Amino acid sequence: MNRNLILGGALTAVFVLAAVVSFVWTPFDHTAMDIPNKLQGLGGTHLLGTDHFGRDILSMIMVGARTSIAVALVAVGIGMGLGIPLGLWAAARRGSLVDEIIMRGNDLVFAFPSLVIAILITAIFGASAINAIIAIGIFNIPVFARITRGAALSLWEREFILAARVAGKSAARISVEHILPNVTNLLIVQGTIQFSLGILAEAGLSYVGLGAQPPTPSWGRMLADAQTLVSIAPHMALMPGFAIILTVLGLNLMGDGLRDHLDPRLRVARA
Amino acid sequence: MIRYTLKRLLSLCISLAVASLVIFTVIEVAPGDPASFMLGINSQPETLAALRTELGLDASKVERYLSWVGGLLTGDFGTSYTYRTPVADMISARMWVSLPLALYALVLSTLIAFPAGIYAASRRGGPGDVGVMGATQLGVAVPNFWFAMMLVLIFAINLRWFAAGGFVGWDKGLWAGLHALTLPAIALALPQAAILARVMRSSLLDVLGEDYMRTARAKGLTARQALWRHGLRNALIPVLTIIGLQFSFLLAGSIIIEQVFYLPGLGRLVFQSISARDLIVVESVVMLLVFSVILVNFLVDLAYAAVDPRLRTRS
Repeated sequence: MNRNLILGGALTAVFVLAAVVSFVWTPFDHTAMDIPNKLQGLGGTHLLGTDHFGRDILSMIMVGARTSIAVALVAVGIGMGLGIPLGLWAAARRGSLVDEIIMRGNDLVFAFPSLVIAILITAIFGASAINAIIAIGIFNIPVFARITRGAALSLWEREFILAARVAGKSAARISVEHILPNVTNLLIVQGTIQFSLGILAEAGLSYVGLGAQPPTPSWGRMLADAQTLVSIAPHMALMPGFAIILTVLGLNLMGDGLRDHLDPRLRVARA
Repeated sequence: MIRYTLKRLLSLCISLAVASLVIFTVIEVAPGDPASFMLGINSQPETLAALRTELGLDASKVERYLSWVGGLLTGDFGTSYTYRTPVADMISARMWVSLPLALYALVLSTLIAFPAGIYAASRRGGPGDVGVMGATQLGVAVPNFWFAMMLVLIFAINLRWFAAGGFVGWDKGLWAGLHALTLPAIALALPQAAILARVMRSSLLDVLGEDYMRTARAKGLTARQALWRHGLRNALIPVLTIIGLQFSFLLAGSIIIEQVFYLPGLGRLVFQSISARDLIVVESVVMLLVFSVILVNFLVDLAYAAVDPRLRTRS
């Protein structure tokens, strides 16, 4: 175990725990308005203060963690669910027309920045958490397809794959039984990174109003609410900001730590 | 090199054609008819039909796609449904905010990342390296729009060095324009600089392990001389790719940052157009963004091939 993995895992665990606990308990009702106690600072009965409606910021952050984690997790799921099979398929048929089509398709999706995809989707179907998930998820597909194909390509040249082919296994079966287990580590590490990028993307989308809609709390929208009040109630912007930073930092450290832990060869030269 | 360029040019054209088809189709399936949106629910069928003819909405899909693409090629982006002004004029006015902002941020990001990455690589494993790497971890984790709000709080509201938002326009002079874009550019540049610094460092570390670096030291160069004369040039290749990729992130990121600073750029245009269902504007702006990303990647590929002949034969 290394330091990155422990620190990152602990930070991530804190926010996952906060999200889980928020289902059964939050310090206050996160939707309850309490105008006489609005814009309270840190400390006091409201630990992280209150917003312009007197809502408890800690409770909102806990419930907001739910939104962030759910959106990012499903988006990574979409990316993995479609990207990994595509990558395996392209590698199994390397050099063929299928491979070419899949890879060019990837390039095309890469040419649409995820925010642009989100804008297109919301322009058509309206803003919602579901559409944010789809937008981030689509962008994840080529990431996983590319990384799977890249790793699988070198595996296809190895002797144990040749042995499997000689034994008469089909390309599909080899991909699932022999290639996939050997790229899992790589995919887990990339999954952590995409998860943290998903949290950042969700925050950005809901900040500009393209993500989760009220009354669903989200960190991005808390920041949007805080913007006009930043001079009189800076804690409204600081607290959700710290939540995002610490979660993303935790996931990134965990990704680095996992990479080192799963593949000791990378321990020396890493980015 | 000519053969390679032509090949890449062909794939550029195909990408653009497919992208335009995707965008057109996606916008086409959008529920809601722009004409009925403009006239409201109480509109008469005759007026609606007349407006649809005027906007060209009654033509067949194929015709409309071809006329849209034809217009894009000749610089005629059509007429905005809501403002009744040429879309090209609206876009070019906003472009003068978004594009300089993205470029400004790109320059800042490079100016921060290069020294940081070189410093960290040359002090590998030391406290300087650990410090820079820790800072980049933090930089990657900070959402740029949140960082932008913090910059406003500190430098606009408390210190009053900059305006909290808005754009004075380039006719007030280059300096005034740059001054107004400084905080947004810093906010955009920070996370990208963190990524770039990490790439710079790792690329440099790879190069430092090469035999020719040992040869350079053996012939009597100091570590510093070897780094500057032989290491940097070779380390720049992967860094250039990332800079090319970052351009698209910066352009897309500027859409969000413009919201923080109330800048009249492409991002604001897109959001206004979405809420007004002015889909022809959304369509054209998205196409333009995608076009610039594809173009930049094409140029990066060419720059590569020019620098490294080995890449011309591959793919």
